[in-house]
Amino acid sequence: MALAQVERENRLPLAYVYTATGALVVGAIFGLLQSYSRAKAFVAPGWFDYYRMLTAHGVLMAIVFTTFFICGLSLFMVYRAVPRERSLRLGWSGFFVMLFGTLMATWAILSGNASVLYTFYAPLKAHPAFYIGATLLVVATWFVLAEILENVVYFRRTQPGMKLPLVVHGAACTFIMWTIATIGVAIEMLFYLIPWSLNWVPTVDVMMTRMLFWYFGHPLVYFWIMGAYLIWYNVVPVFYGGKVFSDGLTRLAFLLLLILSTPVGLHHEFMEPGIAAGWKWVHTMTTYGVVIPSIMTAFAIFASFEMSARAKGQPGFIGVIRSLPWSNPAFCGPALAMVLFIFGGAGGIVNASYSIDTLVHNTMWIVGHFHVTVGGPVALTFVGAAYWLVPALTGRKLWAPKLALAQTWAWFIGMLVMSTAMHWAGILGSPRRTDDVSYAGVAAAHAWMPEMIMAAVGGTILFLSILMFATVAIGTRFSAQPNDQPVAFAEPEPEAMPTPPAFDRLSAWAGAALVLAVLAYIGPVHELIAMHPYGAPGLRTW
Amino acid sequence: MHINRVERIWMTFGIVALVLFLGVLATAAISEGIIPPSHIQTIDPAKVAQTPPFDNPGVRKVGDKEYEVYVVARYPAFRPPLISVPAGANVTFFVTSPDVVHGFFITNTDVNMMVVPGWVSSATHVFRTPGEHLLLCNEYCGREHHYMYGTIEVQ
Repeated sequence: MALAQVERENRLPLAYVYTATGALVVGAIFGLLQSYSRAKAFVAPGWFDYYRMLTAHGVLMAIVFTTFFICGLSLFMVYRAVPRERSLRLGWSGFFVMLFGTLMATWAILSGNASVLYTFYAPLKAHPAFYIGATLLVVATWFVLAEILENVVYFRRTQPGMKLPLVVHGAACTFIMWTIATIGVAIEMLFYLIPWSLNWVPTVDVMMTRMLFWYFGHPLVYFWIMGAYLIWYNVVPVFYGGKVFSDGLTRLAFLLLLILSTPVGLHHEFMEPGIAAGWKWVHTMTTYGVVIPSIMTAFAIFASFEMSARAKGQPGFIGVIRSLPWSNPAFCGPALAMVLFIFGGAGGIVNASYSIDTLVHNTMWIVGHFHVTVGGPVALTFVGAAYWLVPALTGRKLWAPKLALAQTWAWFIGMLVMSTAMHWAGILGSPRRTDDVSYAGVAAAHAWMPEMIMAAVGGTILFLSILMFATVAIGTRFSAQPNDQPVAFAEPEPEAMPTPPAFDRLSAWAGAALVLAVLAYIGPVHELIAMHPYGAPGLRTW
Repeated sequence: MHINRVERIWMTFGIVALVLFLGVLATAAISEGIIPPSHIQTIDPAKVAQTPPFDNPGVRKVGDKEYEVYVVARYPAFRPPLISVPAGANVTFFVTSPDVVHGFFITNTDVNMMVVPGWVSSATHVFRTPGEHLLLCNEYCGREHHYMYGTIEVQ
């Protein structure tokens, strides 16, 4: 294929990745200030208070950074795995709708019109631009799904009987899952929050909006994780000359994530009135089910490490560790991210555990948990993978690889310090989403103040790490030397038995995912409607 | 599809662990009644101040060592801000909100629930020893959210 064509189609993923980087840097500034505010080292000014920063931090990091990066990564994977002459009109349309929505929501937040945090719980009532912007941001990802599926159809037409390339299968599962999940938030926005924020309707059904949000909110985290898994399975082995442990099991892991990620959202609502304990139990069980593909992934990753080390004559645990390319930041970032996921996964089991969640719900434990999941395994994987992806997209050599390597370690250490302090503060009872946790100096609050200081220390290291990342990202953009790293995806190990063709029947799996989502929610939604709940009028308490 | 023997052992270990965890939770739920707070009762959020018993929030003695506590979580304070209950008694909290979503969390206890306008939340707790507990709102409710706290005094 012509070089000009490759360069032309690389610009789209690159635009996504650089927008993600921008969101990361702005979000990091707010994150740093928040950690100082909670440690009583900084008082947010009246014209830009803590909760405005917190909203900006959450939206920019958890939604804008992650979504833009995963869109860019998935499009890059699909374009490389299915080479062809292609129109980029759909892809660019999606990008600009997403960017427009992001700017609109960001304006609403920064101007103080939407200090509703990234969960935008009604009846806190933000400016309509926030809800409309956020909806555009989310709905624009449907363009990316359309783009991926169009390539799936093209591949099947031109190469009948062939398995989908592994990266295309994974990217398709990720975006089908995501699209099924975003239906929930789209309904919440279009039928509840937007008409209400425009004053077309006087009140809003608060519990229904919360259920719709969490129908979307938990699959959102699996969207992040699937983005990281795309890299762990398909990209990381390239750096040590390894292979994908198993083609079939990789496909199965993504399919299980596709069908099990959505029917789990009530585990975010364990502490709420209006939902029967039985439904919460059902969602506890399904949440445990979605742990299984992660257990599979843990095995596959370490098996791939070990097989490659053995092939190099390096058996044993130490041999495996020694044989890995730790000096390559594109490996080191995702590898350290995997270590962090051990803590994130274990903490997640606690939160999902029905009655045990009572002890940690809405405490700093939860903040520690999602920083050592989305802020660790996911974000550090993306940041590390960017050291491979940006040179691949620009054709320019990575600038200052030693700085990049130091950056991944700084992130790892900063996140360990910060999230450990947050988890511990949570066990002591410190609440999340709270500017000042000193409570006029009551005894209970004394216990957690040292943890707030440790969290600020970790936050400082993380902030420096993000500045280092931005420096390398900008430097690479202007690097004069050509990229010398190979741009390829890992091949699967040869297998005794072929992958079952059923694993490629994506529409059947998507149908199963929809059926499970409906089964998990039809009961609680029906019961909620049957209670004829009162509407709430909406307030601006900030 | 072929699954490697070591992977089969690993997967069995993982799934057995998950089933075991679920078993612990199910046993606690069935034999001890340890379940998340899931009270189902609606209330008109515009009329909380006129709806008994929330028109007069506070502590009620309803039996021997049985107490009910009615609390209105209204931005940015709990009403009443000071709640006194005896040690060793069964205390059931009923909480509602006339405005936005709040949290109702008594530190160092398992009383932790969301308070949603239009709904009444409820949890029961036995405070074993006398002392003071911090009651705080653990869901963001507005600019002065961090000033929303109270005291549980166990006598």
